[in-house]
Amino acid sequence: MNKKVYLDNAATTYVATEVLNEMMPCFNVFFGNPNSIHAFGREAQGLVDRARDRIAKAIGAKSNEVYFTSGGTEADNWAIKGIAHAYINKGRHIITSQIEHPAVLGACKALEKEGFEVTYLPVDKHGLVDLAELIHQIRSDTTLVSIMAVNNEVGTIQNIKAIGKICKENDVIFHTDAVQAFGALKLNVIDMEIDAMSISSHKIYGPKGVGALYLRNGIRIENLIDGGHQERNKRGGTTNVPSVVGFGKAAEVTVRDLAVYNQKMKSLREYFVKQVTEKIPYVIVNGHPHQKVNNIVNISFELIEGESILLLLDFEGIAVSTGSACTSGSLEPSHVLKAMGVEDETSQGSIRFSFGRSTTKADIDYTVEKLVEVVDRLRKMSPQTKSAKKGDK
Amino acid sequence: MYNSKVLEIFKNPKNVGSLKGANGIGKVGNAACGDIMKIYLKISDDGIIEDAKFKTFGCAAAITSTSVATELIKGKSIEDALKVKNSEIIQILGGLPAQKIHCSVLAEEAIKAAVEDYYKRKAKVEKKGKKEEIVDEDEED
Repeated sequence: MNKKVYLDNAATTYVATEVLNEMMPCFNVFFGNPNSIHAFGREAQGLVDRARDRIAKAIGAKSNEVYFTSGGTEADNWAIKGIAHAYINKGRHIITSQIEHPAVLGACKALEKEGFEVTYLPVDKHGLVDLAELIHQIRSDTTLVSIMAVNNEVGTIQNIKAIGKICKENDVIFHTDAVQAFGALKLNVIDMEIDAMSISSHKIYGPKGVGALYLRNGIRIENLIDGGHQERNKRGGTTNVPSVVGFGKAAEVTVRDLAVYNQKMKSLREYFVKQVTEKIPYVIVNGHPHQKVNNIVNISFELIEGESILLLLDFEGIAVSTGSACTSGSLEPSHVLKAMGVEDETSQGSIRFSFGRSTTKADIDYTVEKLVEVVDRLRKMSPQTKSAKKGDK
Repeated sequence: MYNSKVLEIFKNPKNVGSLKGANGIGKVGNAACGDIMKIYLKISDDGIIEDAKFKTFGCAAAITSTSVATELIKGKSIEDALKVKNSEIIQILGGLPAQKIHCSVLAEEAIKAAVEDYYKRKAKVEKKGKKEEIVDEDEED
């Protein structure tokens, strides 16, 4: 019962040792304020510069196109609100999708209150945005398209390169929330014709509380946080040197090890899905059959509810998350699964398993073994079970 | 989110399953909202709840609320069982998160639905003048 299995790496990851090792001296040795002119400051500034270079290199950008933020949510808010406001003379229309992270949806809702118009593109059953529909919705007053690179609940990968091309051809700025993509996919902002991109450190074995916005040179943006001259006058606040340094190292390591990591994630995912679908009846694997990241699996266990599955697995030391927002206080089924056309009842029984660097085959075996027990137990408890079986579902 | 009492009951809920010989069955809620509760009652001729069981589709709050509800009404008269309020269920659970309070309300409604069903069946029997076999449509094997 002491076994612990962490399968919630899409929520956050641990900090890698080599990342932590680079961070540590920033707390008490290189503690200067990078904005100070003296040697202590210059030393810290050097570390921040190196971190910025590493991140730029990891995404194929120039260093002066990378701005540090407090995380993915700030980067999303800044990109959407800041770009929308900067281009108000062109128009007040924004396009996004129905399956975005709450950071993007929340920023869009805030703009709607200010009088902006937002189009929420639908997705197909696999979670893909229809490109023809995107082209159809672009108007002369559309300033910004914000479509996530990888969905955080089901792992579907959007056709980012094609979306970038469409936006460029139509002279619309393209922002992508790549928080879940960074660390799972090779990202190149030039190839993908991305104008603005949000990334976060704590999904790639870096510390929490730090992220970045990539903003192509020449794209205008209004500030979200006013203050000092930090981040080229665009984002006030003393730079969080240890976290920024950790983020830089994490980005470097992630890109360095990406191929090996993905190979491992792919074999774990395939093994897990095979085991689950063979051993448990009435399960549905959500998301795109192949255009998806390797570390996320979203499965609906029919006839039972997700939070109960989560808690019973937790009792066995296994950490997962529900596809639905139920645990976070909302009783609404997942907006992502709903947009994909998954029925509410099925959606209620959805669990996201997300693997990571430390996940082993033995972890998967243990999880499947416990999952079989937990699902069986809850189905015996469910009033839905017999009627579904009778109806030969 | 949940206190240790709720988690303890969730680990080992009481009265799970269907009830052979039940003469009152109440089903409330819907799957879209995430909760369905079904309570089975076996009520004696003199109106005492001899046994109560449940089946629930839902979160830990829903499952523990029905567990507590069935525990509370066992051995009670119909009249007393109908007096069970959701606040009493919450009290026994040591509190529920705000967004889960509705689960306790649903459990209270499930008791009422089961009692209502008992009266309906009883009226039918009295009308026909003979006892009829009670079959739970979901429980045919």
